[in-house]
Amino acid sequence: MEFGTFLVQCLNALQYGLLLFLVASGLTLIFGIMGVINLAHGSFYMIGAYMAYALAPFVAKWTGGGFFATLAVGLVLSVALGYVLEWAFYSFLYEREHLQQVLMTYGLILVFEELRSILVGNDVHGVKAPDWLAGSIPLGDLMTYPVYRLFISAVCVALAAAMYLVLTRTRLGMMIRAGATNREMVQSLGVDIQFLYRVVFAAGVALAVFAGMIAAPVSSVYPGMGSQVLIICFVVVVIGGIGSVRGALFAALLIGLVDTFGKVVFPHAAGVLVYVMMALILLWKPDGLFKAG
Amino acid sequence: MDFRGGRNVVLAAAVVAALALFPLVAGKFGIDLVTKIMIFAVLALSLELLVGQTGLVCFGQAAFFGIGAYAVVLATPQYQAVSIFWLAPLAVACATLYALFVGSLVLRTRGVYFIMVTLAFAQMAYYVFHDTPLGRGTDGVYLYVRPSAEVFGVTLVNFEKPVSLYYVALAALVATFAFLAVLLRSRFGRALAGIKANEQRMRAAGFSTYAYKLAAFTLSGAIAGFAGVLFAVKDAFVNPELLAWHLSGSLLVMIILGGLGRLWGAVIGAFAYALLQEFFQSQAIFGDLAKHWLLGLGLTIIAMVALLPEGLAGLPAAVSRRLARKPARSAGGNA
Repeated sequence: MEFGTFLVQCLNALQYGLLLFLVASGLTLIFGIMGVINLAHGSFYMIGAYMAYALAPFVAKWTGGGFFATLAVGLVLSVALGYVLEWAFYSFLYEREHLQQVLMTYGLILVFEELRSILVGNDVHGVKAPDWLAGSIPLGDLMTYPVYRLFISAVCVALAAAMYLVLTRTRLGMMIRAGATNREMVQSLGVDIQFLYRVVFAAGVALAVFAGMIAAPVSSVYPGMGSQVLIICFVVVVIGGIGSVRGALFAALLIGLVDTFGKVVFPHAAGVLVYVMMALILLWKPDGLFKAG
Repeated sequence: MDFRGGRNVVLAAAVVAALALFPLVAGKFGIDLVTKIMIFAVLALSLELLVGQTGLVCFGQAAFFGIGAYAVVLATPQYQAVSIFWLAPLAVACATLYALFVGSLVLRTRGVYFIMVTLAFAQMAYYVFHDTPLGRGTDGVYLYVRPSAEVFGVTLVNFEKPVSLYYVALAALVATFAFLAVLLRSRFGRALAGIKANEQRMRAAGFSTYAYKLAAFTLSGAIAGFAGVLFAVKDAFVNPELLAWHLSGSLLVMIILGGLGRLWGAVIGAFAYALLQEFFQSQAIFGDLAKHWLLGLGLTIIAMVALLPEGLAGLPAAVSRRLARKPARSAGGNA
């Protein structure tokens, strides 16, 4: 492999891994803190991508703004969506068995997919990146790399850093970590745990929706994109250790590397490689690499 | 455990008799539909063994089903019928081996890990048939010649005839049900029930719970593979969607819909699910929305989880509990 190609693939792997991290971190936080296995998390990613596509004309009409105005509107909507969903569907799942959580969230996936099909249709759509990010930068003599992908990576890194700061340095983060360890104790200390859960859930939804929105110009928008992301995110969470944000970051980057280079080296077996890696890691550490902490 | 009372035996015999007489009154569509439902009932029973009886929530049952179905099609040469008596064991063996491999890994995990990892391994099998040359592409593969069932030159069953297929599926369902009912009353079945109730205590009592769980997982995979064989012979066509996680999800819905912990719950669930599907797909009732039948199904699932956690099989108990509670409450109000 030439050095230029190698560099491009490395950047692709990094961008894919970071994007996965945004989705998977919400999934692992929701599980680690609320104890709910959320199959509908992939649907939030799908909703985000479709928002980037379908909201753009409306946002352009109201504000005349482009991509970033759409992002902002989408974020506000996603927080509201997360808040309402938690209240309506998830709040009574905490005490139920995992099996019931699986069913309920599976039902939600079906509902979201069909609503998507009714509202937007089943066609594949492209989303345009903003003009000033649409170019490419030269890498070496022959290769170029799209600026927009670098932008995705940069945004993801910034968000990961922000998440780290919130979780470790703020009072809210302290309550979240405490809530994950011992729910009753936190409650008896006077923290409104219900509100805390709602905030975490809304944040998880917003992260997945945001990931879908910024990924839309690269991946295009298509039916079934949600379940694809969901299952890879499960692999991320299993490898990283449930509830561990650090583990999710590490596992997401690892999967980005294995998947991207797998497609180059073994084009036929690329889909399988990630799962083989998961099997090996499970043999070695059944609880994932970073146990929740 | 389902045949304790004489009443249950009579009821089961009546259901089997009704199913056996059904082709006499039904048209082609009805026979085809009920054949399909009975095959899915066998598959649902395999999952009930894991989820309802052992307490292992497997979200990847479709993989074993799909592997069984694919093995039948891929092992048949293009223009030559192969005897079912070696085709079926071969296909079941493939599914069993994969279940053994997956089970030995996933049973190292528990709880929510188990759910995610079984899903991930099913997805791995999906990609093998979806992407690699082995699966011959995303569009699926046709079975040009259905298998033969000859013993010493006498044809026992003609798989080309829908009615024969119907009775084969019925026999398979009855056999699977009876086998599991006997198995669950054996020492092995009691051990599984013990693991479901309290695994730690079973270990303390000296049971090697890992071996029991692995045996249950492998057996469940074998039965699912057997259902896959039936499906491939019936449809004469397989595609990667047979292994997709939507089927695994639907199966979980079936056994919950029927009610966990009871074998006949899985059978009721398979029928109820198919009827729900026919209902929501009916153009006469829903018009243009019939295309989006999964919306109705999704809402039904959500309502079911919220209102009927014990499934349809728990419905009589739930109703009688409510009826019993009401007079008591009003009596208390009068006093």
